[in-house]
Amino acid sequence: MTRKPILFRLMAPHIAPAVLALVAAAALVPIANLVFPADHPLHVPTGTVVLLGKWLTYALLAVALDLVWGYCGILSLGHGAFFALGGYAMGMHLMREIGPRGVYGHPVLPDFMVFLSFEELPIAWWGFDVFAWAAFMALFVPGLLAFVFGWLAFRSRVTGVYLSIITQAGTYALMLAFFRNELGFGGNNGLTDFKDVLGFSLQADGTRAALFALSALALAGGLLLAQAIVTSKLGLVLVAIRDAEARTRFLGYRVERFKLFVFTLSAMMAGLAGALYVPQVGIINPSEFSPANSIEAVVWVAVGGRGTLSGAALGAVLVNWAKSFLTGAYPEAWLFVLGFLFVAVTLFLPKGILGALRSVRLGRRARAAQATSAQPAEVRG
Amino acid sequence: MTTILEKPRDAAPRTTDALLYLDAVGVSFDGFKALDNLSLVIEPGEMRAVIGPNGAGKTTMMDVITGKTRPDTGTVLLGGVHDLTRLDEAAIAQLGIGRKFQKPTVFEMVSVEENLVLALAGRRGVRATLFHRRSAEEARRIAEILEIVKLEDRRPEPAGALSHGQKQWLEIGMLLAQDPSLLLVDEPVAGMTDAETEMTADLLRRINVDHTVVVVEHDMSFVRALGVKVSVLHEGSVLAEGSLDQVSADPRVIEVYLGR
Repeated sequence: MTRKPILFRLMAPHIAPAVLALVAAAALVPIANLVFPADHPLHVPTGTVVLLGKWLTYALLAVALDLVWGYCGILSLGHGAFFALGGYAMGMHLMREIGPRGVYGHPVLPDFMVFLSFEELPIAWWGFDVFAWAAFMALFVPGLLAFVFGWLAFRSRVTGVYLSIITQAGTYALMLAFFRNELGFGGNNGLTDFKDVLGFSLQADGTRAALFALSALALAGGLLLAQAIVTSKLGLVLVAIRDAEARTRFLGYRVERFKLFVFTLSAMMAGLAGALYVPQVGIINPSEFSPANSIEAVVWVAVGGRGTLSGAALGAVLVNWAKSFLTGAYPEAWLFVLGFLFVAVTLFLPKGILGALRSVRLGRRARAAQATSAQPAEVRG
Repeated sequence: MTTILEKPRDAAPRTTDALLYLDAVGVSFDGFKALDNLSLVIEPGEMRAVIGPNGAGKTTMMDVITGKTRPDTGTVLLGGVHDLTRLDEAAIAQLGIGRKFQKPTVFEMVSVEENLVLALAGRRGVRATLFHRRSAEEARRIAEILEIVKLEDRRPEPAGALSHGQKQWLEIGMLLAQDPSLLLVDEPVAGMTDAETEMTADLLRRINVDHTVVVVEHDMSFVRALGVKVSVLHEGSVLAEGSLDQVSADPRVIEVYLGR
């Protein structure tokens, strides 16, 4: 029995339908928005497209988090930082795109820099007028931070709750740093008032539909990549590390290298999600680094089912759907619901929604197998 | 992957023919001497039983050999050339030392077969595992080991579903898959039934045909069943060495085991 070929592994029952649905949504939702007139029953209003697109970027963040937490046991409480860094990289490009159209009409400097009397563009902004550079940095900066942090933490064998606390402190420290005006990233207000991307107006329905489609495809790609990794032998090593780290070492695996690989990759996925998020919501500010954001992402994964990938994406969409409904209808209830949700899932659905569904299915199959071959099952004892 | 026969570039000249050579090893934890001037020599192909009362330093000795604990003093050499005190767990495992823990530690969430896949000798790098495809040879090895440890019909089940004895065997099977030149086995029959104990003794003898084995054990009848040379550890050093009959007749050993 050899390991199954890659295409077969990607056709797993909980991945293939999600990927197909996303690809279909990437094609159909823009059509429903752009082609059908506003009074047509199949018309999807632009507001909904933007909201769905935003949730899909959250879902990509959730898949990234599930890859490290669900499969390798690294509970990162700072993944929002990688998301925000990717968002800032994209936001910086969008700021440069404004060019002389700002309120102050400065040919190079964004409005906030003129206001804060910057003489020239800070060195960190070099190259961000080029889209490709910004796209590269949206992946590179989160990846580099994760690599350096992981190299130090995993090599010194910092694990469990200690690692979680450090990641939480890390995102908090970044938040404080980005709040400072002199850092040159817009301080408190962050980056906003974007006009267009690659020449397309960010307010246009077509651009918004395209951003939605890109988010759906990015999530589909993220799911496929993550699935390819967790079904490889490396994925097996990740689970081994999660369940018995010391034992894995004694088998000759360099645990820290595997953790570093998956943590860095996950941070880059989160960075991509952030880069897609910013043009859709039109703003990025230091509150994206707030520890609560990272914790919310953990809740999405827990609700959907850790270690299921598509469950994590589902959890992100469901929790955010509930959030947008409740914060509209009963604004003061949302935090209580979120807290209750986390407690309830931990107590009653420890494997999350998808994990629970899978257990039911496996249980039914096991009972069916027992019914057909009761004899050998008894012998085995 | 390096093998023990390959001499590291900065190695000292080979001074011993022993596979495993421990000389004057000392480890202390907050003043407590877990190992005190311990010396032990294991010849290639040998099976050795290490016995001793609780706290004699048996597990600490294993920790030193496998790189988990760094000794304060002394020499630990594998194959006469590799200084084990300077390597970490993964490097030592890759040199060919396998370890079976006292408490069975298998990967409970993955299948019996996948446990063996993880253990199977082969390249251990990130890229090698990411693009790994199981070869026919590996599949054959896995089938063979499943037969040896009598777990063929449990192959697809999660290892967590196995009985205590079966987990012990799976772990021995994982050691076989690793194909180490030296196996360290810590209390393999603790908590086993008599029939399981007997089967385990058979299994270890079979493994010893082409592997060097060090067994740490409490169970005297099991050590007798193995019928191999015995080292008695006491307070962190070797008290006596010889056949089980010889060491059991040694007055110092009797004193240690019965005198308190």
